[in-house]
Amino acid sequence: MTPVKLYPTKPDKVYFYGTCLVDMFFPEAGLDGIRLLEREGIEVLFPEDQTCCGQPAYTSGYHDEARAVAAAQLDLFPKPWPIVVPSGSCGGMMRTHYPSLFAGTEHEARAEELAGRVFELTEFLVHVCHLKLEDRGHLEKVAMHTSCSARREMGLAETGPALLAKLGQVELVEQARAAECCGFGGTFAVRHPEVSAAMVEDKACAIEAAGTARFVTSDCGCLMNIAGRLEHQQKTVKGEHIASYLWRRTS
Amino acid sequence: MNVQTFTPREFHRQAHEALASPQIRANFRKAMDGLMIKRRDVFGDWDLEALRELGANIRLRALAKLPDLLEQLEANCEANGIRVHWAEDGEQACRVIRELCEARNARSVIKGKSMVSEEMHLNAHLEAAGIEALESDLGEYLVQLNEQTPSHIIMPAIHLNTDEISGILHDKTGLERTRDVDIMTAAARAQLRERFMAADVGVSGVNFAVAETGTLCLVENEGNGRMTTTVPPVHIAVTGIEKVVEQLRDVPPLYALLTRSATGQHVTTYFNMISSPRQEEEHDGPKEVHLVLVDNGRSRIYQDNELLDTLRCIRCGACMNHCPVYTRVGGHTYGTTYPGPIGSILSPHLMGLEETQDLPTASSLCGACGEVCPVKIPIPDLLVRLRKESVGEGRGNVPGAGVKRTRKEVAAWKGFQWLATHPAAWRSGVAVAGKLRALMPTRLGPWTDYRTAPRPAGTSLHALVKQHQAKKPAREESQ
Repeated sequence: MTPVKLYPTKPDKVYFYGTCLVDMFFPEAGLDGIRLLEREGIEVLFPEDQTCCGQPAYTSGYHDEARAVAAAQLDLFPKPWPIVVPSGSCGGMMRTHYPSLFAGTEHEARAEELAGRVFELTEFLVHVCHLKLEDRGHLEKVAMHTSCSARREMGLAETGPALLAKLGQVELVEQARAAECCGFGGTFAVRHPEVSAAMVEDKACAIEAAGTARFVTSDCGCLMNIAGRLEHQQKTVKGEHIASYLWRRTS
Repeated sequence: MNVQTFTPREFHRQAHEALASPQIRANFRKAMDGLMIKRRDVFGDWDLEALRELGANIRLRALAKLPDLLEQLEANCEANGIRVHWAEDGEQACRVIRELCEARNARSVIKGKSMVSEEMHLNAHLEAAGIEALESDLGEYLVQLNEQTPSHIIMPAIHLNTDEISGILHDKTGLERTRDVDIMTAAARAQLRERFMAADVGVSGVNFAVAETGTLCLVENEGNGRMTTTVPPVHIAVTGIEKVVEQLRDVPPLYALLTRSATGQHVTTYFNMISSPRQEEEHDGPKEVHLVLVDNGRSRIYQDNELLDTLRCIRCGACMNHCPVYTRVGGHTYGTTYPGPIGSILSPHLMGLEETQDLPTASSLCGACGEVCPVKIPIPDLLVRLRKESVGEGRGNVPGAGVKRTRKEVAAWKGFQWLATHPAAWRSGVAVAGKLRALMPTRLGPWTDYRTAPRPAGTSLHALVKQHQAKKPAREESQ
């Protein structure tokens, strides 16, 4: 679907951009992502001054504010190492929207250069690390929700399932309308709560109907939304970030 | 029948009502699921990306030359005997059509499907002047009988199921209630057949207007388009100025994309190419053909290099078929002629952002619309652009720009900007949130009506990484 992307060989070092949602709500997912990379022999640099990619302001139409926030992130990655992001949403923001956000500004060239070395975590593990996994967990079925940004903006519908397929004891189950949005959409869930609720209700039901007690996702926005819905309905289905799932089963 | 009126101002209330209606939910879900599958199957192993690229380029080329192509279209149509009229807005276009009718003492107009005529409220205008306008597309006919507006640009009555349609035909035409679609179709057909014969004027839309040859292309399935454009003595075609394409050879790729994207068909049952009124040696066809070219805000869209992409649209409706929001709330909720994603990027130009301010935000930006658009309109980007116009300082060229700008929201985003550009403060903020996690509210507005509240972790990733890095040398020594 998307143009073929040429991936670099496995580098000695990478930058890790944790994202604000992971920082605040799902830090273990970030740490597990770092551990997976380190286990591949990669030194992971975590720029301490990272905050947020600016996407909430960007999609809300506050582009001056988004640009100011994004400009602060541009300074964090001075060396030419790849930047690994455990989120298709933030990764998509940095890869596809930073160049247009900074077009015609003094930061244009830097934004372009940075966009070229942004990788979503599962993408990086599959295409750059060519990750091999030894599954130490028990036999289990799992559903996967790939975020819309990962799937469509970054063209990464396959990388999450490809990683799960490397786990010998794990069966990835089919769910109805897997490609449909879970209804999070950042500020969409706040501005149109009822429509968003109808969407997450359907998504939660589809995952439950897939016959699994567990789902994974590569985006914490979707995770917060779907798991929050399942918990609200007192369902037993649990969700986690794919990085945590992979680490847990292989460490 | 209780006549419902819908307005984009009431999007939230209308969405609330649609979501609460099991009938609407079920009708749209079923229909959209079917349309998505049909589209996917019909493209099969086609190189869809290459075809979309071609479609986008044809439309981009046409738009790049739009002023010239419109002049060429006018000249070639006139040379073919098609009279061309220009209308700056919907009101003027209505007037042109009404005056054409009045000059011919026309009392009865039969209409083929035309969304532009819906956009300019032609039926109401004609009826106010004592001219009856009857829709002949089956879906439009049902919607008109039911005193509604279309809920989808391709399938106007998609919000109705078989039983509801049977009820309408029973109440309005006296047909006995039935679940047999063939009986219902035959009844409508019998009614319409007489009206085609009696109509003084036929009004149709246009799918592609070919500048090179002065040809009007009309895509349809029911034959009502052909009847509308050939039986009455006068045919008036009405279309937006953006529907022009440069050459005849541009039509087949766009047609291939249109039918497959819209209904999952390889071809439609009818494809009409109208190139002149009846010639002397011909036995049928209208004696006069007119083309009304409507601007209605399109020139203003054309001024903006980014918004211009809105005008690529070939009105296939695939964006609404694939939209998770449209599928949930249905077409009427939007309160606009064009619902769904394309409506949310087009309607603000036609009606202003004051009226339509809730539409650009009525999307999770999931990208499904942009992914299926046959001419690759970057719909999510344009939604974001219109959000920007809504909250900006009102200098943009979208009418109503700045309407959503409030001091409170500006202050909130300025606050976000400050925090996200002061990393030490950010880290402290996240750390404090983690410390106070037990005190965090379990109710967070509407979010927690449907989900549990997210709870900050006790230790932030920043802190976890610090601990992790502090441990690392020790671990390496031990190995």
